[in-house]
Amino acid sequence: MPIFALKMLFGDSARFYGMLLGLAFSTLLISQQAAIFVGLMSRTFGFITDTPQPDLWIIDPSQRFLDDNKPLRSTAVQRVRSIEGIEWAVPLFKGLLVVNLPDGKRQVSQIIGIDDASLIAGPPFMLEGALTDLRKPDAIIVDERASRREFKMNKPPEGGEPRPLRVGDILELNELRAEVVGICKATQTFQSQPVIYTTYSRATQYAPPERRMVTMVLAGLSKGADQAQVIKTIAERTGLSAFTGEQFTEKTYVYWMLETGIPINFGTAIVLGFFVGVAVAGQMFYNFVLDNLKYFGAMKAMGASRKILLGMVFLQASTVAVLGFGLGIAVTSIFGLTVPNEKLAFRMTWQIPLIAAGAVIIICTASAAIGMWRVLRLDPADVFKG
Amino acid sequence: MTPITTPEIAVRASGVEKIYVSGDTNVVALRGADLEVRCGEILMLVGPSGCGKTSFISIIAGLLKRDAGQLEVMGQDPQALSTEARTAWRLRTVGFVFQQFNLIPTLTLAENAAIPLILQGMDRRSACEKAREILNYVGLGGREQSSPVRLSGGQQQRVAIARALVNSPKILVCDEPTSALDGATGLHVMELIAQVGRMPGRAVIVVSHDDRIYHLADRIVRMDDGRVDRIETPAARRNTHV
Repeated sequence: MPIFALKMLFGDSARFYGMLLGLAFSTLLISQQAAIFVGLMSRTFGFITDTPQPDLWIIDPSQRFLDDNKPLRSTAVQRVRSIEGIEWAVPLFKGLLVVNLPDGKRQVSQIIGIDDASLIAGPPFMLEGALTDLRKPDAIIVDERASRREFKMNKPPEGGEPRPLRVGDILELNELRAEVVGICKATQTFQSQPVIYTTYSRATQYAPPERRMVTMVLAGLSKGADQAQVIKTIAERTGLSAFTGEQFTEKTYVYWMLETGIPINFGTAIVLGFFVGVAVAGQMFYNFVLDNLKYFGAMKAMGASRKILLGMVFLQASTVAVLGFGLGIAVTSIFGLTVPNEKLAFRMTWQIPLIAAGAVIIICTASAAIGMWRVLRLDPADVFKG
Repeated sequence: MTPITTPEIAVRASGVEKIYVSGDTNVVALRGADLEVRCGEILMLVGPSGCGKTSFISIIAGLLKRDAGQLEVMGQDPQALSTEARTAWRLRTVGFVFQQFNLIPTLTLAENAAIPLILQGMDRRSACEKAREILNYVGLGGREQSSPVRLSGGQQQRVAIARALVNSPKILVCDEPTSALDGATGLHVMELIAQVGRMPGRAVIVVSHDDRIYHLADRIVRMDDGRVDRIETPAARRNTHV
């Protein structure tokens, strides 16, 4: 009977395509919105994932998330270095500064000042130039996206057509000269500001003077050091909080999840997607079963067992679920591949298709269960009632 | 038309009662109906609406449980069987022809006719092959791959007859098989039922309001108010009504 069940399903083409599109649209809404949500959330801690070198990120205890800068005293680096189990510790500057372009345009940018000696916490990928070029005078490295967009030279000094910012161009940070020595690829920030890497000492020259300039301390553990014990000792001896990259990511992520309206906004769209599926596909499948109830009834009268009839309904529901889900995920994936990441945060993690599949399974199981219940309750003698 | 009757009794019902309970209301459908159907005969169950015909054939076919009385169909009381066993018994023993045909429009004629065989476990190819033979027998040879929606009402009922007979049931139960058809088509369909249904060892029970087909029966059982009122032959009925 499986082939007959499928022929019943595919044969009712209007309803079949309706169910298929309903489920596909539901999957699309759920997975696309979830992927954008994850993409946006990833940007909130993008710098942490871009910086794999430190074992520990040491911050002020009142700092709530990555960009919630609570600068530390410069002695914090030395104090951390003195703790047993710490192999190395370097300062990091991270802050927003105004960049002046040669054509007079001004652009708020995120400046990341990395340790002058070790260059730890540099950009993850260099597209032009080398990280060590930061040791040249006034050197900065600019992220590729910004070089094409915010830092695009509309009136290049040499004249001619507008062009992207490139190695050798001169910018101004806080009225100080900055020369582009490299182009890198870095994860876009949540607020989409351009990212500029330079050395810690140069970043603190660019930034307006403050008593506390160290945004955070990055540290590496000695071989065999007890990470938990080191974190505890840092807290006891310095009063600072230390987190692993994973913990700091989670702290940042949890802040955005709990303290902002973003999850509710995206959650609403995702729930809406689920209800679209229930309303369109679920309802259509239920109507499909209702329309076929007389045939199920006739088969029941002829001697079809409950197992056979339920198997038919289950096969029909699971077939439309698999096809609708597949179509929806395919459209979502095409959307993700087509729309540039710099314009839309889109990150399809393996969990998202699972969540969408779970929603589709719930929709189809619920509608199939109601359909099955009708089939089970069906009195075979009803077929004589016309 | 010569009836091939045998002394064997296909259905023996005595004192069958059926009460439908709806809230506080009890509706008595059968009040001690008695009936014997012989193997090889075509028996027509007639009577006014609400007289209990449909309830009676539903109980005989094992679709409905009786509240009282005795029933034996081909030596078996269907009510004595479990639900699963009764379903299997129905599949082996009873063929159905419904008033509204109940052909699945998205299946071909051969596939519709093959359903009982597939339910019995036969593979689809063999079942459809056997269904083709019986479709040919009911005059629809060459149209096995057609869709039921392309057929006239009479042709659809022929497919339904083929479906009812494809697994050679012992009892053929037909519920108003001609009521959805025009007079001439209805007569042809009933002639087909009489032709292919009348077999040694098989009984045919037809519920009908259509007095134009009564002459095709061996016996006519008239029901009234939940009981068998009288049993007559078509010839006797003709004499009574002249």
